[in-house]
Amino acid sequence: MSDMTLSAPARRPLVLRHPSVLVFLTILALFTLGVTLLSEGAGIGAISTSFVKTLGKTLCFCLVALAMDLVWGYCGILSLGHMAFFGLGGYAVGMWLMYERTRMIVADSLAAAELPPTAQEISDGIATQIFGVVGASEFPPVWAFAHSLPLQLAAVVVVPGLLALVFGWLAFRSRVTGVYLSILTQAMTLALSLYLFQNDSGLRGNNGLSGLQNLPGLDDIPQSAVSLWFFWASALALGVGYLFCAWLVSGKFGSVIRAIRDDETRVRFLGYPVEGFKLVVFTLTAVIASIAGALYYPQAGIINPAEIAPIASIYLAVWVAIGGRGRLYGAVIGAGFVSLLSTWFTGGQAPDLVLGPLRIQWVDWWTVLLGLSFVAVTLFAPKGIGGLVDLAARIKSPDRHGADLGPDAGALREREADQ
Amino acid sequence: MSKIIRHILFCLNCLLAAPALAQDAGAPIQELLQAHGDVIAKSSRKTIGPAIDALAASGLSAAQRVLERWQAKEMWRDEESGLFVFAEEIDRDTIRIFDPAGDTEIGAVADDGYKQLKPNSGIRGMIGAALVQFQLSAPDPATRATALDAIERDPEASHLAALRKAAGAEDDAALRTRKARLERLLTIRFDEDDAARIAAIESFAGDPAVDVRATLNPLIATRIEFAAEAPQGDDIARTLKPGGGALPRADAYALLVAAGVAPPAITRADKRDALVAQLRDGTVGGYRVAQLDTEAARDAAYARLAEAGRVAAVATDAEIDAALAAHVIFERFIGAPPAVALAARGALDAIETKVNLNRAADLVLDALSLASIYFLAAIGLAITFGVMGVINMAHGEFIMMGAYTGYVVQQIIPDYTISILVAIPLAFAVTFGAGVAMERLVIRWLRHRPLETLLATFGISIALQQIAKNIFGTQARPLTSPDWLDGSLVLNDIVSISYIRIAIFVLALLFLGLFLFVMNRTRIGLEVRAVTQNPRMAGSMGINPDRINMLTFGLGSGIAGIAGVAIGLYAKVTSEMGQDYIVQSFMTVVVGGVGNIWGALVGATLVGTMQKGIEWFNPSNTLAAQTYMILFIILFIQVRPRGIIALKGRAAEA
Repeated sequence: MSDMTLSAPARRPLVLRHPSVLVFLTILALFTLGVTLLSEGAGIGAISTSFVKTLGKTLCFCLVALAMDLVWGYCGILSLGHMAFFGLGGYAVGMWLMYERTRMIVADSLAAAELPPTAQEISDGIATQIFGVVGASEFPPVWAFAHSLPLQLAAVVVVPGLLALVFGWLAFRSRVTGVYLSILTQAMTLALSLYLFQNDSGLRGNNGLSGLQNLPGLDDIPQSAVSLWFFWASALALGVGYLFCAWLVSGKFGSVIRAIRDDETRVRFLGYPVEGFKLVVFTLTAVIASIAGALYYPQAGIINPAEIAPIASIYLAVWVAIGGRGRLYGAVIGAGFVSLLSTWFTGGQAPDLVLGPLRIQWVDWWTVLLGLSFVAVTLFAPKGIGGLVDLAARIKSPDRHGADLGPDAGALREREADQ
Repeated sequence: MSKIIRHILFCLNCLLAAPALAQDAGAPIQELLQAHGDVIAKSSRKTIGPAIDALAASGLSAAQRVLERWQAKEMWRDEESGLFVFAEEIDRDTIRIFDPAGDTEIGAVADDGYKQLKPNSGIRGMIGAALVQFQLSAPDPATRATALDAIERDPEASHLAALRKAAGAEDDAALRTRKARLERLLTIRFDEDDAARIAAIESFAGDPAVDVRATLNPLIATRIEFAAEAPQGDDIARTLKPGGGALPRADAYALLVAAGVAPPAITRADKRDALVAQLRDGTVGGYRVAQLDTEAARDAAYARLAEAGRVAAVATDAEIDAALAAHVIFERFIGAPPAVALAARGALDAIETKVNLNRAADLVLDALSLASIYFLAAIGLAITFGVMGVINMAHGEFIMMGAYTGYVVQQIIPDYTISILVAIPLAFAVTFGAGVAMERLVIRWLRHRPLETLLATFGISIALQQIAKNIFGTQARPLTSPDWLDGSLVLNDIVSISYIRIAIFVLALLFLGLFLFVMNRTRIGLEVRAVTQNPRMAGSMGINPDRINMLTFGLGSGIAGIAGVAIGLYAKVTSEMGQDYIVQSFMTVVVGGVGNIWGALVGATLVGTMQKGIEWFNPSNTLAAQTYMILFIILFIQVRPRGIIALKGRAAEA
C-alpha cells in the first residue's frame, strides 16, 4: 500500500492539503500543554491527578475511535470487535506489569529468608501470588513471556494483529459482509470475553489483572508524575495515530477503501483485491486499538473480561457515530465528548433534572438518554457532531435528489432516487 | 420400720406373683428363651446376636410376637424363676403380664419381682432386622412392601435366607418381581457360594439402576500393594505405573517408604528447613549461604551433612527412581474373591456402556429442550431479519419485556395458572405494540441502510435495558411456573426431563405450526411473502407494503415477547436476560439460513445440540462450551456462508 502512495506524483505536503490535520495537531498540542501546566505533577495543581488520568484515558479512547472510524467510517466494516483488541493490548501490557511487580515483592520477601531463594522458589512465589485467587499455583503457558517487557510489548502488536488477520481472512474470503460481518465480529468478541471469564483461561478469570497503575521499580515516583507521563504518551500516540490515519486515507489507498465502502462489487470488478484491502485495514486498526488499550489500562489500573464484552464495542460505535464517521476528527470529537460526558453523568456530578413530580437522576437515566440520542443521531444527523463543521464551513453535500445518502449502500440509494 | 413394710410388701408380692407360676414353663418358646436367658437379660449388643438368630430361625409361631414385644420393651423377666413374660404397665407399680406362649393374659401383678428388658437402639435394630422375615410373609401386601423398603435401605446377610423363603409364596406380581430382584442383589452381597454370586451378577448385566451399581462397586474394591516380582494370581486387578495418572510418583514412593523398604524422601521445603537449622556462622555443610541458591547446591550441602551424620539420610531423585524401578506396584482385589470381582467388573463395564447410552439419550433430551428455547428466541428474529431483512438488535430486549410483563401479571394475579394464561397474550400485545412503534418511528426511515438500522436498534436496546433496570432494579425477579409444570418426567435413574422444558418444547412446535399456517395459508401471509419478494410489484397489486412491514415486524416482536414468558419461567428475569440470547439467536438464524423458518429450526437444533455436546465433553464449564460453539459457528460460516438452508434465486441477492 505504501508503494501506491509513494509512487504518486509529487504533491503538496499532507498537512497543507488537509488543513484539518494541522488544526487538530495544534489543538492537541495546546491541550496537552494546558493540562500539563494545570496538573499537580508539573504545574499549578488546578487539575487533580485522577482527572489527569481520566483525560489520559479519554485520549486512548480517541485513538481507538480513530481506528474504528478507519475501519467503519472509511472502509464500511462495522466491526463490533475492536474493543476486544483494545482489551487484548491491555492484557498484554498488564501481564508484564503484574508479573514484574509481584516478582519484586516476592523477591523482597524471600530476601529476608535464611537461604537465598532458588529460581524455582521465586517463580512459585509469584505464581501463588498471582493465581491464588483462581485456585492455581502454576504459571499457565500464556505467561511464558510475561517476564520480558519487550516481548510483551511485541505481543501488544502481534496477538491482536494475528487474531484480526486470521479472523478477517476467514470472514472476508467467504464474502461475509454488512450486518453478517457485524454479528460475526460480535460473536468473536463474546467468545473471547466468555473464554477470559473462565478461571482456567490463565488470565485470572473474572478477577482480571489489577494493580496496573503501579509501575514496577518506580514506587518512589508519585502517581501525579506517572499519570502525566501516561497522559503525554497517550497524547503522542493520538497525534501520531491521527497523522498516520490522515496519511493513509488521503492517498490512493484511502480512495480505494472508501470505494469499497460505497460499492464493494464495483471495486472488485475494477480489479482491486477487495479482500486484501479490507484485511489490511482490519488488521491495522486492530493493532492501533491494541496500542490504545496498552496505554489505557495502566492508567485505569485494572482490566477484567467485562471490559471486552460486546457492549464495549457497541459503545465505541456509538462514539464514532455521534462524532461523525468518515472524518477522522469526528471520531476523536465523538469519543472525547461522549466518554467525558458519560464520566460526568455517571459520576453523579450532574444535577438531577426535576420535571414536576418526576426527579430524574442522571446516574440511572444517562444510558437511556445516550441510547435515544444515538437513535436520533442515526435518524436525523448521520454526519454527527462533525456535521457542524460542514455547516460552519458552508460545505454542502452534493445534490443527491433530496435524501442524504449516508456512507452505507449510498450508491444503491442514489439509483433508487433517480428512478 | 421400713424393714417391716418391705417385708410385708414382699409377702404381698409373693401372693400376687403366684399366678406367674401358672404360666407354661415348658412351652417351646419359653424353653428357647431360657436357653438364651442370660444373654437376653444381659442385653449387650456384642453377645445378643445368637439369641436373636435362634429366635428368628426357630420356626415357632410365637417367635414373631416375642421379637415384637421385646423390641417394644414389653418383655419382662421374673427375677426369681427366670421365666420371660410379656407385660404392660397398668400404673407405676403394677403390671399386667402375659404368657409368651400364645400371648394369653395371666393377670395383674406388682412389678417388684419382675425386671423389664430394655434393649438399646442397636439391639432394637437387630431385632427389627430379624423381624423382617416375618413381615415378608405378612398377609398385608403393604407390610410386605414396607419390609422390602427396609431391606433395600439397610440390607443384611440374614435377610437373604428370609427373602428366599418368602419369595416363592408371594402372590402379588409386582412384589414378587421386587423380591426376586432384591434376592439377587443380596445374593451378590452376602451369598457364600461364588457360583451363585456370579450368576446373580451376570443377571444384572446392562441394568443401569443405581442400586445395582452400589452393590457391585464394593466387590471390585482394590488395595495397592507392591512386590519385587510381577505377582501371579487371578486376584491382581492391574499393575500400576508410578508417575501415571492413577498413581503419582510421590504416592508410589510413599508406599515403599511406609513398608520400610526404602529410605524416606524429603520435600524441597523440608530440606530447606533442615539446612537452615544446621546453619552455623553463615556456612552449612561446607557451603556458604550465598551459594545455596540452586537446588543442586542445596542437595550437595544436604548430602554432606548426611555424611557427617548431622541430618537423616534421605533418598535422592535417582535413588527414588531406582527403588521404584525395582518394584512392581499393583492393585489386588479385596472386596470379593477374584472370580466374583472379575464378574462384577464385567457387569459394571456392561452397565457403564448402558449408562453412557442412557446419558446420551438424556443429553439428546437436554439438547432438544435447549434447541427449542433457542428456536423460540430466534423465531421472531427469523421473521424480522429473515423475512424483512431488518436486523433488530433490540430483539433480546423484547424477550425481556415479555418476561417482565409476565412478572407484573403475576404480581396482580396470584393464581399462577391463570396468570400465565393471561401473561402470554398480554406479553404478545405489549411487544407487538413496541415492535410496531419501533418500526414506524425508526426502522421505516432507515430502510436500505442495514448497518444504520443495526446501530439505531442498538441505541434502543441500550435504552430499554436501562429503563428496565431503573424500573425493576438490578436483582433478578422470579417468574413462577404453575404447580402442574413442577417436577419432571423420570424415565429411569439417568434419563429425566422437567415438565417445564417439555412445555417449552411443545410451545416451540406450536409456534412453528402457527408460523407455517400464517405464512402459507392466510391472506396476510401471502401479502408478507409478496412484499418480501418484490415490494414494488406487491404495491402495484394493491398491497400496502408499509402496513405489511409494520405488521410483520410487530408479529416478530410479539413472538419474542411470548418467548420471554417461556424463558422467564425457567430462568430468572433480569434486565440483561435479552443479551444472553441475542447472539445465540442471531447465530441460530445465520447458521440455519436467513429467510426461512426451517432454517431457524435447523439452526436452533444444531446450535442447541452442539452446545450440549460440548458441555458433555467438559461438563464443568459452560463458558468454555459457549466459546467453542461460537468458534465453531465462525468456522461453519466459512463452509456455508448462507447457512444450512440457503435461499436460491433472486431473494438470495437482496
